[in-house]
Amino acid sequence: MPEKKEYKVIGTRPIRHDGVDKVTGRALYGADFHTAGLLHGRVLRSPHAHARILSIDTSRAEAYPGVKAIVTAKDLPDAADKVADLGEGAVHLKYLCDNILASDKALYKGHAIAAVAATNAHIAEEACALIDVAYEVLPPVLEVRQAMEPAAPLLHETLKTGSLGETAEEPSNVASHLQHKKGDIEAGFAEADVIIEREFVTGTVHQGYIEPHNATALYNPDGQLTVWCSTQGAFTVREQLTEILQYPISKIKVVPMEIGGGFGGKINVYVEPVAALLAKKTGKPVKVLMNRADVFEGTGPTPASFIRVKMGATKDGKLTAAQTHLAFEAGAYPGSPVGAGAMCIFAPYDIANVLIDGYDVVVNKPKSAPYRAPGATNAAFGSETVIDELAKELNIDALEFRIMNGAKEGVKRADGPVFPRIGFIESVEAAKQHPHYTSPNGKKHHGRGVASGFWFNIGLASSVSISVNPDGTINLVEGSTDIGGTRASIAMQAAEVLGIPAESVNPSVVDTNSVGYTAVTGGSRTTFATGYAAYEAAQDVKRQLIARAAKLWEVDEEDVQFADGEFSCINGKEAQLSFHDLSARLGETGGPVVGSAAVNPPGAGGAFATHIVDLEVDEDTGKVQILRYTATQDAGKAIHPSYVEGQIQGGVVQGIGWALNEEYIYNAEGTMTNASFLDYRIPTCLDLPMIDTVIVEVPNPGHPYGVRGVGEVPIVPPPAAIANAIYDAIGIRMTELPMSPDRMLKAMGKI
Amino acid sequence: MADKKQSPKENAAEKPGKTTISRRNFLKGVGTGTVAAAVAPTVLIGAEKAAEAQMGEAITSATIQLNINAKTYEVEVEPRTTLLTVLRDGIDTRGNHVDLTGAKLICDRGECGGCTVMVDGTSVYACMMLAIDAQGKQITTVEGLAEGDTLHPVQEAFIQHDALMCGFCTPGFVVSAASLLSENKKPTLEEIKMGLSGNTCRCGTYPFIFDAVKTAARKM
Ligand code: FES
Ligand code: FES
Repeated sequence: MPEKKEYKVIGTRPIRHDGVDKVTGRALYGADFHTAGLLHGRVLRSPHAHARILSIDTSRAEAYPGVKAIVTAKDLPDAADKVADLGEGAVHLKYLCDNILASDKALYKGHAIAAVAATNAHIAEEACALIDVAYEVLPPVLEVRQAMEPAAPLLHETLKTGSLGETAEEPSNVASHLQHKKGDIEAGFAEADVIIEREFVTGTVHQGYIEPHNATALYNPDGQLTVWCSTQGAFTVREQLTEILQYPISKIKVVPMEIGGGFGGKINVYVEPVAALLAKKTGKPVKVLMNRADVFEGTGPTPASFIRVKMGATKDGKLTAAQTHLAFEAGAYPGSPVGAGAMCIFAPYDIANVLIDGYDVVVNKPKSAPYRAPGATNAAFGSETVIDELAKELNIDALEFRIMNGAKEGVKRADGPVFPRIGFIESVEAAKQHPHYTSPNGKKHHGRGVASGFWFNIGLASSVSISVNPDGTINLVEGSTDIGGTRASIAMQAAEVLGIPAESVNPSVVDTNSVGYTAVTGGSRTTFATGYAAYEAAQDVKRQLIARAAKLWEVDEEDVQFADGEFSCINGKEAQLSFHDLSARLGETGGPVVGSAAVNPPGAGGAFATHIVDLEVDEDTGKVQILRYTATQDAGKAIHPSYVEGQIQGGVVQGIGWALNEEYIYNAEGTMTNASFLDYRIPTCLDLPMIDTVIVEVPNPGHPYGVRGVGEVPIVPPPAAIANAIYDAIGIRMTELPMSPDRMLKAMGKI
Repeated sequence: MADKKQSPKENAAEKPGKTTISRRNFLKGVGTGTVAAAVAPTVLIGAEKAAEAQMGEAITSATIQLNINAKTYEVEVEPRTTLLTVLRDGIDTRGNHVDLTGAKLICDRGECGGCTVMVDGTSVYACMMLAIDAQGKQITTVEGLAEGDTLHPVQEAFIQHDALMCGFCTPGFVVSAASLLSENKKPTLEEIKMGLSGNTCRCGTYPFIFDAVKTAARKM
C-alpha cells in the first residue's frame, strides 16, 4: 500500500530539466542534426488506394545525377509468412514489411513503394518522379461496413477471419472477431424498464503530432547499424528493425532524439528501415524526412468505426444490461485498437449483464496506429451518449446516474479483470460538486453535457540507473523518451527517496546500448513504470550509501539510519552526514556508487475521468463554440501537478478537435483530400476556452507513491460530453463524428 | 481556427518582399529559363549573377548575405530556397553550417507557425519567405532572443508556467509571443489568442501558454 505521508518533492512543481533547451531552440530533434557525408532520402508513394504492383523500373531514376541508391521491397529480406514477436504481441511479419515498402500490392494512397537516396532532398524527390511503376488499379474499399460485406473487394487474398479460436474457410476483410461476455444479456434486457439502442459512426483522425517522422541511419563497415529517430520507444524501433531487416539485435543501436509529439503514432516504424536500407546500399549516413502530407497519408491514423450500443436500466436507475457491436477500421493491415475499445467501453459501470462483440476490419486506408487511449474514445462516444439518454429518460441527473452505477473495487469487468481500488466515483463526485456543474445554464442554444471515460493503463518493463556525483547530485539514466516532461516526473521520484531536490538530479534519455530494456512511452506508463524503476534504483543507491556510512563510522549497517537526506548513526555513537557530504567521500569508502533497477510492475491501476462542457450552437452556421470546460480525473498521486494538468488539458484539446472538426475526407478513389493542416483542422488558440482541471487522488496500490498513468484518459470523454451538450442546446442527438458545421446543419435540417 | 487573413504572419507571407510572382509558380518554374529570367530583375543578387541574368540565362543559384541574430551570413541559395531552409540546412560560403534549427520545418506552407522568426521586428513564417526576400532585413530567430545567458522574459515565463510539453512548437510560440509583446505591451487574453492564432500546439498547452504570455507581459 502506498505510504500515507508528506512528501518533500512529490507533488511540487520544479522547473523541468530540459526547459532551457526547449525554449532557446537548442534541443535537438531528429531533423535538426547533421553528420558528415549525409545523403537525403525520399520515399515514392502510391497514387492509388488499391492496386496490384506489376513492375517497378528504377533505371531512369538511377541515371539521374546525384542519385546514390534506390530501394524497393526487393531489398527487404523475404518475410514470407512469418510471425514476429515484438514484445507487445505477435505481428505478422509480411504485413510489417509490406507496410514499410509494398511488395505485391499498394493498399492505400500514400503506401510506400520505393525510396531514393541522393545528395540533396530535391534531387531525391525529382528522382522519385522518374521511377516507373506499373499498377493494375483495383477498386478500393473505404468504409468498415462496406468492407465487411461478402462482395467487398478483398485487400488480402489470404486473410481469413479468426473468430473465438476458429478460422473461417473463406478470405474476408474481417481480420478477427472478439467477444466478451458477462451474465445473461437477454435476462438483463428483460429486467430493464427502459432500453436505448443507437448507432454511431466516428471518422478517421490523425494523432497530428506536429513533428514529422524522421530517421537517419548509418551502417559502419563492421556491420554496426545506428539509427537516430523520433520515436516513443527506442527499444521497440530496435525490435522492429531486427525483424524487418532480419538483422541481429546486438548490431543495432537506436538513438532516440527529442520527440515532437507522438500520442501513440510514433511506436510503429515507417522511415527507419528505409533509411537503414539506403544507408546499407550507399555506405553513407542517410536521413529520411516525411513532409506533412506523407504524415497524413503514410502513417497511422486512428481508425474510423461503426458502433452499435444498447443499454437498459430499471426505472429506479439501475443499469441491467449493456451490449455493443464495435467494428473498427484497421487500415491496410490487421491490428485496429478494437480490443482496447472493447476493454474500456462499459468499464466505468457495474453492470451484471454485458455482451461485447468487436471486429477488426481491413480497409484501403493507412494502417492504423494507437492514438491516446486507442479505441476508448470511439467506444465512449457510443456508450456515454446512451448513458446520457438513459439518465434523461429516467429523469435522473446524469452524474448522479453514473455514481449510482459506478464501478468500484471488486467489480469485475466484462473482459475479465477485477478492479483494485479505483477512483471513478470520486472523479464523478468532484465533477458534481464543481462550481461549473452547479452554475446556472439556460441561455438559448447554450447547452451543458457531461461524460466519463476509462483507460486501463499499462505497466511493462523499464530500467533506470543512477550514479552518485561527488557534489551530492545524481545522474539518472533512463530509456523512456520524454514527450511531455517525464524527465522531471521520473527524476522527482528518485529525488524523493534520496531526500534531495529535483534539481539535484540530472536525467538523461539514452540510446539502446546505454540503458536496460525499456518499453515505449505509451499506455500512460512512463511516470508509473519508469518512475517505479527510478524509485527502486534510488533505493539501491540508498542501501549502498548506508553501507558506506557504516564503513566510515565502523558500525553495522543496521545502525545507520537515513531520513530527510541525512545519514545518522543510531547505536549511540554521535555521527551524522548529509547525502551531499557522504557523496564527497565515496572515493575513500570503496569507489563509485551506481544503483540500478529493472522493473515490470503489474499494477498499473486504471484511470477514470469525468468532463463537463458548456457550449453554444450557432444555428445559422452550424458551428459549435466551446464556452467552458472542466475535467476531473483520478491521478492516483500527481507527481508533478502541472504535468498532470497539462496532460488533461492536452487530451481535452485533442478530444475537442476530434469531436468537432478532425477527419480524413476521402474521394471515391480513396484519396485523402485534406492532407494538410489547413484542411485537416486541429484546434488553435481561438477554438478553446480555458480548461479547468481537478486532480482527484485515489492512490494506486500498485505503485510506491500511488501513481496512476494520466496521459490518455482525458481524450476519452470529450466527444460524448460535447454531443450530450449539443443535445442539451438544441435537442438533437448527434451520432456521427466529427460534429462539424455541415453535419450540424444537416442534423438541424438546414441543408 | 484563426481567420488566416488576420494573422500578422500571414500578411507578411502574402507580400513576399519585392517579388510579385507566387511562390508556387516560382517553384514550378525552377529550372525553366523563362520564369527565372522574369523573376531575376526583381531580385537583389550578387552583381555578377545579375549580369548573367540579364544575359537571359536561367538563374540556378546566387550568393546572398543575410543578417541573422545580428550576424552576417553569406550563403548560396537557389531561387526556391526559403529562409527556413537557409536557417536549418544552409551552409555559408566558407563551408560552415548556419545550423539555426530552432525554427522547425513542420508544414512548409504557412499553416502551423512552427517556423516563426522575426523579420524587422514582425513575426513571419520562415517557410513562406524566400531567402532572397530576406536580404537587407534583420532576422531574429529563437536562438537570438536571449541576451547572453539572460533568457528573454517570454522564454523565462514559458519555463516557469510549463507552457511546453514536447517542446516542438515552442520556438515558434516563443518568437510569436515576443513579437506580440513588442507591439502590444499589455495584451488582453483575446489579443493574446489572436496574436498566437497562427501557431499550433498539438500537445494542447494553450492554457499554460496564455499564462506565460501574461506573466512575460508583466515583466517586460
Ligand atoms: S513550417 Fe512554416 S508555418 Fe508550418
Ligand atoms: S508542446 Fe508539443 S506541440 Fe506544443
